[in-house]
Amino acid sequence: MSTQTQDILPGAYKEGFHDDIRPLHKVAKGASHEVIDYMCDVKGEPDWMRQFRHRSLDLFRKSELPEWLPGLRDIDFDAITYYASPIEKSARKWEDVPEDIRRTYDKLGIAKEEQKLLGGLGAQIDSEMAYHNIQESLSKQGVVFLSCDEGMKQYPDLFREYFAKAIPPEDNKFAALNSAFWSGGSFVYIPKGVKCDVPLSVYFRINAEQFGQFERTLIICDDDSFCHYVEGCSAPVYTTHSVHAAVVEIFVKERARCRYTTIQNWSTDVYNLVTKRAFVYGKGIMEWVDGNLGSKRTVKYPSCYLVGDGAHGEVLSLASADKGMWQDAGAKMVFMAPNCTARINSKSISGHGGRSSYRGLVQVRDNAPNGRVQVNCDALILDDKSRTDTYPTMEVDGDLATVEHEASVSNVSEEQLFYLQSRGIKKEDAVSMIVNGFIEPIVKELPMEFAVEINRLINLQMEGSVG
Amino acid sequence: MTDTFEIKNLQVAIEDKPILKGVNLVVRKGEVHALMGPNGSGKSTLANAIMGHPKYTVTGGEILLKGESILDMEADERARKGLFLAFQYPCEVPGVRMANFLRLACSARVGRELEVMEFYDKLEKKMQHLDIDEKFMKRYLNEGFSGGEKKRNEILQMMMLEPEFAVMDETDSGLDIDALKIVSRGVNELRGPDLGILIITHYERILRYINPDFIHILVDGKIVKSGGPDLAAHLEEHGYDWITKDVEPAGKAK
Repeated sequence: MSTQTQDILPGAYKEGFHDDIRPLHKVAKGASHEVIDYMCDVKGEPDWMRQFRHRSLDLFRKSELPEWLPGLRDIDFDAITYYASPIEKSARKWEDVPEDIRRTYDKLGIAKEEQKLLGGLGAQIDSEMAYHNIQESLSKQGVVFLSCDEGMKQYPDLFREYFAKAIPPEDNKFAALNSAFWSGGSFVYIPKGVKCDVPLSVYFRINAEQFGQFERTLIICDDDSFCHYVEGCSAPVYTTHSVHAAVVEIFVKERARCRYTTIQNWSTDVYNLVTKRAFVYGKGIMEWVDGNLGSKRTVKYPSCYLVGDGAHGEVLSLASADKGMWQDAGAKMVFMAPNCTARINSKSISGHGGRSSYRGLVQVRDNAPNGRVQVNCDALILDDKSRTDTYPTMEVDGDLATVEHEASVSNVSEEQLFYLQSRGIKKEDAVSMIVNGFIEPIVKELPMEFAVEINRLINLQMEGSVG
Repeated sequence: MTDTFEIKNLQVAIEDKPILKGVNLVVRKGEVHALMGPNGSGKSTLANAIMGHPKYTVTGGEILLKGESILDMEADERARKGLFLAFQYPCEVPGVRMANFLRLACSARVGRELEVMEFYDKLEKKMQHLDIDEKFMKRYLNEGFSGGEKKRNEILQMMMLEPEFAVMDETDSGLDIDALKIVSRGVNELRGPDLGILIITHYERILRYINPDFIHILVDGKIVKSGGPDLAAHLEEHGYDWITKDVEPAGKAK
């Protein structure tokens, strides 16, 4: 059985508990075709999906880990459980969620979220969505907010038109793995012209040990629409490793705008290997707000494929690498049409021996004249045990693009500390003020409660980091 | 004892290089002292050492705030005990909003969390005195401030924190005449029986607007001359040369 190691960890990872929740469905360990068949049977999936999954598993087995991506060799893919579900079906009412699962979400404060002004709320535990609901006013306007599995059942044609079109299983090893074992995640459709002003929020929880969570999210923002999708994540603290390999595909149609906010706070035994990509059509706007605060290792570069004239892509990336963490985060912008613009703003903090990397690709194809891109990446290092690296890549075909790139690495400066202390502010408060000030340009883009949560988490990680 | 700030035979080094070589000075509440001296005489070193900058090592002597030695205290504790330093080059702290910073600082000074209304009531009045726009509070601490704005911000902080002893390190440098007048107005307003001020300056100019009770002249790490307000005028006329030629034994104020 699992051992809880919560008390040997620094700081207080308050989400590190695990609950004894009896799985209704749990398969044998290892990535196998048998598991796929079992999942397809339980879920009652169409044949095309069964074939897609089997083909994806073959691709996963054939593909290699990228050489430029070290630190993943010790993942034992055979030791992982690929499907576990403690529920029979997703509930529409909070009371209908099984009591033991509700208790877990109560502890995480998700039940309270429900009281807030959200457009919709989803809650996934292990492989399945335990809860998924949307405000009536939104569903009346035709907004669809379902688990991805339900989306496939209720909107088979729409689903199939877009599914795996932005991220095919051939894309990378972890996209293939997700394609083989995907379960849960969200299916969102915003009809033409509908502005979904309140966020759709989803919380992902891993409870099982040595588990693989492979949620799959597909968001389609039709012409002139708007939506803000917000996700949070956490997991118990075990001594073993889990894998979270999500795939998120977004289609932002003409003049539509989509903002996707992530606050990732996995425990430090989760490998977080996520592929996120948006196709942005004419004058559409895609904004990724990506906060990585937890996990053992994060590999994630949200990307925008700017495929329509005047499309705009934006990535605001915030990474905090504490003890035992390596945040390999960044962004990818691909210019495929004229007059497109993009902005990448990345900030990272490394402390207690943590490591963070910015890895970015800006690619301007030759059929994409008059593009403009601005990249800023700033790293803050709190001590000399910690490390930060920057790997920016620019591939510009054609000559009309304006490219700006700025990067900086800094420490908490003695002068700033002295200045704040000279006003009576204690050293630890001064440090956290400086650090929170450093990330402020990104935090101010977050919904209020997330901003508060980020500041709380950063302050926890700050404890004892200077002096 | 409770109304004095006393520096006794203070010796300070930066990276083993001695800068201050035995400074003696007593500032009482209600008094305004001016410390003048040529470049490189150790004026800013004195200011930073008083506030406890970690780069400045006190190698000898004593600093007593209301009779209590502060040498073992970090800067924040000194500040909470009523000491203030207006910086020559106030540093920029990106992302930290003026209002948040000031409220935290004021709360630290009074030892309890200030109510929002209580804080803003006080702040508004002080800002009016210094001709500071209310948008100021939404800006990040000193980031992108002009030289004059930074200096006014220092005076605003001084007004908000209500120190018992304040050191002003070349607050006049880099100010145009209008800004200098505003800053001086602020200082004159603060002046009173509950505050002792030490103004450190290179130029006599600011002393036309703030009349000090005492003037000291620092040369090569030592106070070589002390006197009344007329000393400033003499300096203006003759420069520092006559002092370095005619060094008298280091004097104390009273």
